[in-house]
Amino acid sequence: MTETDGKSALLLLGCPQVPVQTSVAIHLCEQLRQRGIEPVIAGTGSARRLIEVADPRRHYIGEVIDLDDCIDEIAEKKRDFDYAFVFIHNDGGVSYAGTLSAISGARLFGIVYGEHADETVASITFPCEVVATKATHNPMPVVVKLGKVLP
Amino acid sequence: MSCIDQIEYEIILSGASFREGAEYIRKHFGEHYEVDPGYRLFDAHLIGVPPVVLGVDAEDVIFPYTKPCRGTFLLRARGPEEIARLRARKK
Repeated sequence: MTETDGKSALLLLGCPQVPVQTSVAIHLCEQLRQRGIEPVIAGTGSARRLIEVADPRRHYIGEVIDLDDCIDEIAEKKRDFDYAFVFIHNDGGVSYAGTLSAISGARLFGIVYGEHADETVASITFPCEVVATKATHNPMPVVVKLGKVLP
Repeated sequence: MSCIDQIEYEIILSGASFREGAEYIRKHFGEHYEVDPGYRLFDAHLIGVPPVVLGVDAEDVIFPYTKPCRGTFLLRARGPEEIARLRARKK
């Protein structure tokens, strides 16, 4: 029994335009499960399909929910998580992370990646633990940095 | 914010960053309000970096609408009840 056993984590996916997102999300699910943390993925239809097709027997992923429904449930205090990992590669991702910072009690992590990672990090003006690399196709820089901050 | 499609709206700014949208409202609408992300407007929860800025022009509300893949849009929609609610909460 560890201090993370039985806890939950939200993985809030952004636009799946940048390839690293899907593999990092599945990897993160596995890492969280190793720690006894139940992962829940929220994303757009395309982001969810990419995840579900890549792990059809759900060895790593668990519950997968619609992004808007997820925000509604948290904002209305019907549901919350112990941890939230927001995948960020554009301004939209920053906006979703900013929203979680206001409506959720979760410990918030921003996983920032993509060519414009430096500019994106600069626009994060709210409390959030940031993991940032310029990775686009190779997920390893994200995986390595993420491994250093996981609970 | 899936139910945004259920109201009539006009897009007044597209392809902007969230910050640019907030600055646009502050610059162009003398009556504006700051709310927290998650504020319920037109039966939807607003997405954004705090504070979220909303504008008022006659009976219209100007507000940001963010899509993960398309960034932030500024929309204008008729909303006298929403305006009354915003004015009532102003300190």
